Amino acid sequence: MTLTGIGVTVRQAGPDDAVGGVLPRWVALPESVEEIAALLRACAEQDLAVVPVGGGTKLHWGAPPERCDVLLDMCCMNAVLEHAAGDLVVRVQAGATMDALAAELAGKGQELALDVPSGAGSTVGGTLAAGLPGPRAFRFGTARDLLIGITVVLADGTVARSGGKVVKNVAGYDLGKLFAGSYGSLGVIAEAVFRLHPLPAERRWVVAEPALDEVPAIALALAASQAEPSAVEVDRPDPDGPLVLAALVEGTAAEARARALRDVVGGGEVIGQPPSWWGRVPSGEVLAEVRFPPTATGAVLDAAAGAGTALRGSPVAGRLLLATDGQLAVSALRKTVEDAGGRVVVLATPDSGVDRWGQISGLALMRRVKERFDPGRRMSPGRFVGGI
Amino acid sequence: MEELTAALHSLLPEDLVITDPVRLRTYECDGLTYHRATPGVVVLPETAEQVARVVRLCNDFGVPFVARGSGTGLSGGALPREDGVLIVTAKMRRILDIDLDNRRAVVEPGVTNLAITEAVRDQGYYYAPDPSSQQVCSIGGNVAENSGGAHCLKYGFTVNHVEACEIVTPDGDLVTLDRMDPGYDLLGAFIGSEGTLGIATKITVRLSRAPEAVTTVLAAFESLEQGGEAVSAIIGAGIVPAAIEMMDALSIEAAEAAVACGYPAGAGAVLVVELDGPAAEVERQFTRLEEICSAAFELRVAAGPAERAAIWKGRKSAFAAVGRISPAYIVQDGVVPRTSLPAVLAAIDRLSAEHGIRVANVFHAGDGNLHPLVLFDDAEPGAGERAEVVSGAILDLCIEHGGSITGEHGVGVDKSRYMPKMFGVDDLDTMQLVRCAFDPRGLSNPGKVFPTPRLCGEVPGVRKGVHPLVESGKAEQF
Repeated sequence: MTLTGIGVTVRQAGPDDAVGGVLPRWVALPESVEEIAALLRACAEQDLAVVPVGGGTKLHWGAPPERCDVLLDMCCMNAVLEHAAGDLVVRVQAGATMDALAAELAGKGQELALDVPSGAGSTVGGTLAAGLPGPRAFRFGTARDLLIGITVVLADGTVARSGGKVVKNVAGYDLGKLFAGSYGSLGVIAEAVFRLHPLPAERRWVVAEPALDEVPAIALALAASQAEPSAVEVDRPDPDGPLVLAALVEGTAAEARARALRDVVGGGEVIGQPPSWWGRVPSGEVLAEVRFPPTATGAVLDAAAGAGTALRGSPVAGRLLLATDGQLAVSALRKTVEDAGGRVVVLATPDSGVDRWGQISGLALMRRVKERFDPGRRMSPGRFVGGI
Repeated sequence: MEELTAALHSLLPEDLVITDPVRLRTYECDGLTYHRATPGVVVLPETAEQVARVVRLCNDFGVPFVARGSGTGLSGGALPREDGVLIVTAKMRRILDIDLDNRRAVVEPGVTNLAITEAVRDQGYYYAPDPSSQQVCSIGGNVAENSGGAHCLKYGFTVNHVEACEIVTPDGDLVTLDRMDPGYDLLGAFIGSEGTLGIATKITVRLSRAPEAVTTVLAAFESLEQGGEAVSAIIGAGIVPAAIEMMDALSIEAAEAAVACGYPAGAGAVLVVELDGPAAEVERQFTRLEEICSAAFELRVAAGPAERAAIWKGRKSAFAAVGRISPAYIVQDGVVPRTSLPAVLAAIDRLSAEHGIRVANVFHAGDGNLHPLVLFDDAEPGAGERAEVVSGAILDLCIEHGGSITGEHGVGVDKSRYMPKMFGVDDLDTMQLVRCAFDPRGLSNPGKVFPTPRLCGEVPGVRKGVHPLVESGKAEQF
């Protein structure tokens, strides 16, 4: 078996290239969409399994792949291809880092309103494929809401695109929706087109330490406030310690609006910089994401305290991350959360016996989608829901 | 068909199955009236379970089915099949739950778009997507078409405001697709699939908090170019209004004739700009907007809801109004990057002159979504054909400028032939993979969106003989 002679740079894999403990044989470094296609065609001919990777910040998330012959490293495809500032649209290669993209856009007073919870090094492709929302998803939606066009390469080397370069567009199926949050299991995301927003004139955070039992009511009041916060987050690093709540206001008149929100919270200070923990994934060997209807906030906070984990996330969007270096009793947590109308997904854990995803109504349909896109099960096999 | 009809009668109460030819004909088209087909049979289910049973029966008989909400679609997405069943959701119109704390409403597909807003308006909430047909169009149809509206510039489309759908799959299974669930975003793929991936039977929508302040401005310019420059300047100033609408002289003339909207006389273009949000923010944006619109010869600001409605009246009546100045017209829907608007409008002018066909331009200027109204006299021989040529050439212009053949009306039957101009073979084949995953037998609204009927084949591997459609040359094997 060989990947030489296809015009794609390939090197032997080393121990640092392992995906969830599974060591690939090669690392491929394509430099164009055509090279990705050539590589995937060669992999198809030789039945080699492929895991795409961007910055590698979330490579330990999801189940380890059933097999992994080739790690497809997108680092060489890092160009911002087209920033149409007048149209508030950008087309970018998937290997570009979110930081580099942000810097480029800021030069024209614009931004992609997508937070990057996994921090420095995160790429456009990885941020899309993992689909983890950040604080401002409350206002701007998640990656799939800001993605307006995508170019993907399927397991057989087919290059396909959907959407386009205009925000308003309902022609054809939206493949971007399927690939956002697909954990590399349907194909390789090669390029993305996003809608942009003007950088806000000002940003202010209201930071307070409310009593735990006051948080649900405060969160509901903030969500309903006409001062329009862009985000409301809570952070509780110690399951027995205090909880910090922070609300973000963006735009003109931010100071006045932040003061209005401080009144809603019932105290706290207004600051011009985010708290240090803002928008970052909390650290811990075990990381779980809880999604829930906002009225279940109290129940979920109690469940997290009961599970003895750190917590961080948004009570207004109904999304919290729980992190611990110890054991997480997943079934008990899931039972409590599901009874409150929510879901638990274990994003990362060293424990291979855990049910990471829980029950999903659409799983049978998802399997059928996977079968059509990747009948040979070569793209990140086993990584995603239901062992897809 | 007769056997299927008998089976439907045993499945549903008498009055929910329509077979009378006269009544069937009332369903022969949707809002795109020049495509017509009398459905084989019409059913009016009252529950999701009934929809599922009808779909399973269609599977048993190998008969195609088409879903229809209020029938206001403008691309023929709900055009029936003469050899199929039309499933009308008009009797499923209950609002099942309103949960303001969680900003959710759960509704049946036949509920009208506006009914959702009306149910929560007094509590200070609304449902954001607002297609112009919102008084009558159904939320199920909105889901199928991923409907937008004048305010989607700031707030997005149906897909950004739906949290979950219970659907009947093309196999007849009831499945819930929920944004909260992990896994592929099948909900996102389903919304906007124009009825080709199944039928929504219960929809959970997100409700939005009403903004603290709304300021609606009408700016009249001497020329379309000046109006266009103002739009670019607004976006360039970092303002994202809730809506920026533009009308040209011809559409203003039509609106004036139809509803006497009282727009400033002699305007070459009017802009309707709506700012909303926190009062302090709206106030500052308005000050900026006044500076930007300094070239306008008249600027009106709505002092209250009545004046706001007066400003919107001309814009909202524009489509119907052109009936006053032309015996017949085609409503086109295309999108170009906003910065290409001046070039595209100039090219439309040239097309209009070249073919002797008048074109009135009404558009969502903020997002580059054009609605050219191509006017013709259907009594004049050849005029309809010339109008078709102009209408098609406008779509070609949209594609040339990197835009889209539809911003909100959908592909349906009307534009499927343009899909290969906008997308390559591999793009369309890849979209078909989604279709085949949901609907391997191709029974759910076949013949819409995609130009060529393709079959899905077996998955994985082995094929079981040649399909009769392939043998007869009517389809190709995928």
